[in-house]
Amino acid sequence: MSGVRVLVGTRKGAFILTSDGKRSNWQISGPFFAGWEIYHLKGSPADPNRIYASQTSGWFGQVIQRSDDGGQTWAPVGNKFAYDGTPGTHQWYDGTPHPWEFKRVWHLEPSLADPDTVYAGVEDAALFRSSDAGATWAEISGLRGHGAGTDTLAPQWQPGAGGMCLHTILLDPTNPARMYIAISAAGAFRTDDGGCNWMPINKGLVSNFMPNPTAVVGHCVHHVAMHPSRPDVLFMQKHWDVMRSDDAGDSWREVSGNLPTDFGFAIDVHAHEPETLYVVPIKSDSEHFPLDGKLRVYRSRSGGNEWEPLANGLPEKDCYVNVLRDAMAVDTLDDCGIYFGTTGGQVYGSADSGDSWAPIVRDLPAVLSVEVQTLK
Amino acid sequence: MSTDSPASMVRVILPYHLRTLSGTGPEVTLEVAAPVSVRQVLDALESRYPMLRGTIRDQVTLVRRPFLRVFACEQDLSHDSPEAPLPDSITSGKEPLLILGAIAGG
Repeated sequence: MSGVRVLVGTRKGAFILTSDGKRSNWQISGPFFAGWEIYHLKGSPADPNRIYASQTSGWFGQVIQRSDDGGQTWAPVGNKFAYDGTPGTHQWYDGTPHPWEFKRVWHLEPSLADPDTVYAGVEDAALFRSSDAGATWAEISGLRGHGAGTDTLAPQWQPGAGGMCLHTILLDPTNPARMYIAISAAGAFRTDDGGCNWMPINKGLVSNFMPNPTAVVGHCVHHVAMHPSRPDVLFMQKHWDVMRSDDAGDSWREVSGNLPTDFGFAIDVHAHEPETLYVVPIKSDSEHFPLDGKLRVYRSRSGGNEWEPLANGLPEKDCYVNVLRDAMAVDTLDDCGIYFGTTGGQVYGSADSGDSWAPIVRDLPAVLSVEVQTLK
Repeated sequence: MSTDSPASMVRVILPYHLRTLSGTGPEVTLEVAAPVSVRQVLDALESRYPMLRGTIRDQVTLVRRPFLRVFACEQDLSHDSPEAPLPDSITSGKEPLLILGAIAGG
């Protein structure tokens, strides 16, 4: 029997929400790792029982947890994230050089084929890989310019207000050598050779907070999404602007269209309709909450530009939460389910592609991430 | 200060979140080779409980994490050399070594 497992990372632990394919009755388990910040959990596409979790603390640092039984039991694995060679410097907020310092893992992306291989996007921005189920980690250092022929300009990268985090990792299902990542506030990057060499893919992005708004790097990319059937088509929620690329990031064009505000964090793509997108517009970079206190998801069925508000079942007034970059996900059941979590501790779900919504749980700690496993 | 015996049984009190991570009770007892210092105690602690590596001190530099403190015999040893010998009351097991998290946060 089909079902879904929603993996929720919060400021104070992890929670797992499970339901059958109807998605109307939910069981809540957790908190796992109570009291710790869980930036992200994600299951292996190759083995749904294998789940990785990033457990962090301002006091105790980084822990990586692994489950081999679908989240019922967990064990800590390797947590040594050492930059390759001399870490070097990036720009600090005041423009001075600042040494690279590992702080935490923002995002874990398991391999599409091998449950023992998993990528980690970290702060200060770098990409790590484990090929032994999380026991040991090695930096893919070409991203920061350690590889021959790279031009990623890493010493010029600068942190966004939330830290210089590598928060998005997209694996091309048709080409194991191609991968996309995104960093706040450096921008998006692509490798076509398995990580040896990387190129910035920010042409077309315009960021007016930069001295040169169209510079090669420096853009505050919030999230990037891809439909697995069309890995050359990318959708981006930038600090401001919703963007689209049809050429694997070589160029971007704005598709914000009629959105009431194009600031936001989360963006995702319908599981079966590659031109159907979801964003959650946020008022501004100064006011991180929905417009007019109304929490609304916006859907485009045309790959951007034309957007419709989805409000059925969502708060219509007095709602001042945020939806963070990794806090939206979709399932792959026939009628695609959409899920997102808020900084107010609600996780909302829709079992009809966004036409109607209902809270699965209302009172969790602030939600940092939401991922979904479709169980068949 | 330090004991002349080749190894000591040292009591260590861990903060709550490290107890849950390591699956221990509030206090662990470790066999620590002489000369007994904070570094030797942490080496023994991390050897017995590998999941604690990186949670008290950096795995590469071995520098103490900034929001943690090390207390013993009503003294804050956090800023002493980690190689400094610990008091006899620690090496004898009479008093525990306390690893404490800063009281902060929400």
